[in-house]
Amino acid sequence: MISVQGLTAKYGDRVVLHGLDFHIGKSELVGLLGPNGSGKTTLLLCLSKVVPLHAGEATVSGRELSAYSARELALVEASVPQRLEISFPFRCIEVVLMGRYPHQRDFDSDSDKDLTRAMGAMRLTDTLDLAQRRITEISGGEAQRVIIARALAQEAELLLLDEATANLDVAHKMQMFDLFSKKNNQGATFLCAMHDLNLAALYCQRLIFLKNGRISVDGPTMETFTEENLSEIYEAEVRIIPHPDTGVPQAMFVPGG
Amino acid sequence: MPDSNQASSKLEEIRGRLTASRRVFVLGLVLLAIVSLSSVLGATGIGRLQIPWETVMAAIGEGLGLSPAGSVERTPLVVVFDIRLSRVILSFLVGSALGVAGAVFQGVLRNPLADPFTIGVASGAAFGAALAFALGLGGASYLGLGTIPLLALVGALGALALVVILGRVQGRLRRDTLVLAGIVVATFLSALIALIKALDEEAVSAIVFWVMGSFQGRGWIHVAFSLPYLLLGLYLVVKCARELDILTLGEVQARQLGVEVERVRRRLLVGGSLLTAAAVSVSGVIGFVGLVVPHLVRMTMGAAHQRLMVISGLLGGLALLWSDVVSRTLLPGGEELPVGVVTALVGGPFFCLLLKRRRGGVILD
Repeated sequence: MISVQGLTAKYGDRVVLHGLDFHIGKSELVGLLGPNGSGKTTLLLCLSKVVPLHAGEATVSGRELSAYSARELALVEASVPQRLEISFPFRCIEVVLMGRYPHQRDFDSDSDKDLTRAMGAMRLTDTLDLAQRRITEISGGEAQRVIIARALAQEAELLLLDEATANLDVAHKMQMFDLFSKKNNQGATFLCAMHDLNLAALYCQRLIFLKNGRISVDGPTMETFTEENLSEIYEAEVRIIPHPDTGVPQAMFVPGG
Repeated sequence: MPDSNQASSKLEEIRGRLTASRRVFVLGLVLLAIVSLSSVLGATGIGRLQIPWETVMAAIGEGLGLSPAGSVERTPLVVVFDIRLSRVILSFLVGSALGVAGAVFQGVLRNPLADPFTIGVASGAAFGAALAFALGLGGASYLGLGTIPLLALVGALGALALVVILGRVQGRLRRDTLVLAGIVVATFLSALIALIKALDEEAVSAIVFWVMGSFQGRGWIHVAFSLPYLLLGLYLVVKCARELDILTLGEVQARQLGVEVERVRRRLLVGGSLLTAAAVSVSGVIGFVGLVVPHLVRMTMGAAHQRLMVISGLLGGLALLWSDVVSRTLLPGGEELPVGVVTALVGGPFFCLLLKRRRGGVILD
């Protein structure tokens, strides 16, 4: 689904990503982890062609990234951004319908199919009750779920999530990741930048750890989510215990460590 | 399955409300269109020379070629059709252009307090006009069209080109650099206008009066002059209404949703500026319509730009049409007020009231 070789990105003269190499197959659910400033967001922005590649190659769905037009790319991949900057009073249903834009032509109005897809996505993210509310007048967590609904309405096979659930309460966090898992089982591919390590361990089959713009560890969760790796990458003392129900590793940080 | 029943009734409810809101919009549109049409006719009947309604209607009919020539006397025919109707229509068109352009600039710059003059288009027009006055071209005319509108238009488009060139950073038109470039260009042009005023004292009053905005002495030729730019601008911005919605979420999200941000932003800027230039070149710099009208419409109707543009256009036209009626009838002696003064005098306090109410937590819905 995604193939990256020697991907390098720069902001001005500062190199943010130093020649990354990785491959993500179809129907993987991959967690992208790493401390602040490690380059997670930049990597996702490179993959959605917002930040240009300085060097290296990236292919998405078997096609060179540079060969896509913006609209074609939006049909293949959908992004959920970390920060929302919505200052205009759109209704939530209108925001979700924006996800249908790549499917529409000039002067098209929203078709019945668009509306059905938008409402379906809103039902999955538990936002149907917000449909007629202004996005400027709901809470940050609610707005985040509306944006997730927008990404689902886009019906792309690849989803790039940048801290998509960071503002959500625990119940909705789990609900969203249950939803992502389900979509993943139906064939969608996910790359999720996350800060919540334990959530990542619960849901992702594979983890890619970035540090200082380089891939420091990449592999199956059970093998990479170790005390040694985490304490080195996050520079904090950590203990790993198995989840009492599922047995996946969970990290407990040690105060004053 | 009560759960799925509940969900599907929810879907029906949303569908129903969307249909209802579309109906309200269409109804509002029809109402506004009717009010606009009757305002055009009504305002044509108002003026210093009292003309009976039958004569007004007959004169309009004859002017439009609907009734045979010669049924109305020469004087009322000229006053009603050539002087008043053309001016009323021009003021409506200019107001519409400013209303739509305001909605576009507020969206593109993602600032609900931007207006059609934010990026310096008006200063370009004013500079063109000032130059024409200083060169003594104020009186020259071609087919009744002075050189002022022509140079004002050239100035407006020149300023736009300059702002777009200065606003490009690494091939990208950025919102913040665009605003900065607009300020730089506007300031520089204002300095040049001041220089012209200082060097040519005779032109000062003409320049000052022109900048305040007026429809005095404008006629069909001005309608014909500005209409092509107005229509082209309108086409460009209406075509991109949906992209404009998405652009207000920010450049990053717009790209990720499949919008060709550069192309769309350039098209919207050119379209909005053409609308502004079409308006400014025939009327001068008329403030507040392009700021207040779209802002008000967005507050009451929501942000979707297709509807916002249509309603702002009609309301802007109405606002300016009646402002112009006030400007030409308010003073008893028959002198005219500059219409820009009227819109600022009425629009300013009105806008303050609006902001106050909003800060008090009252949001119209």
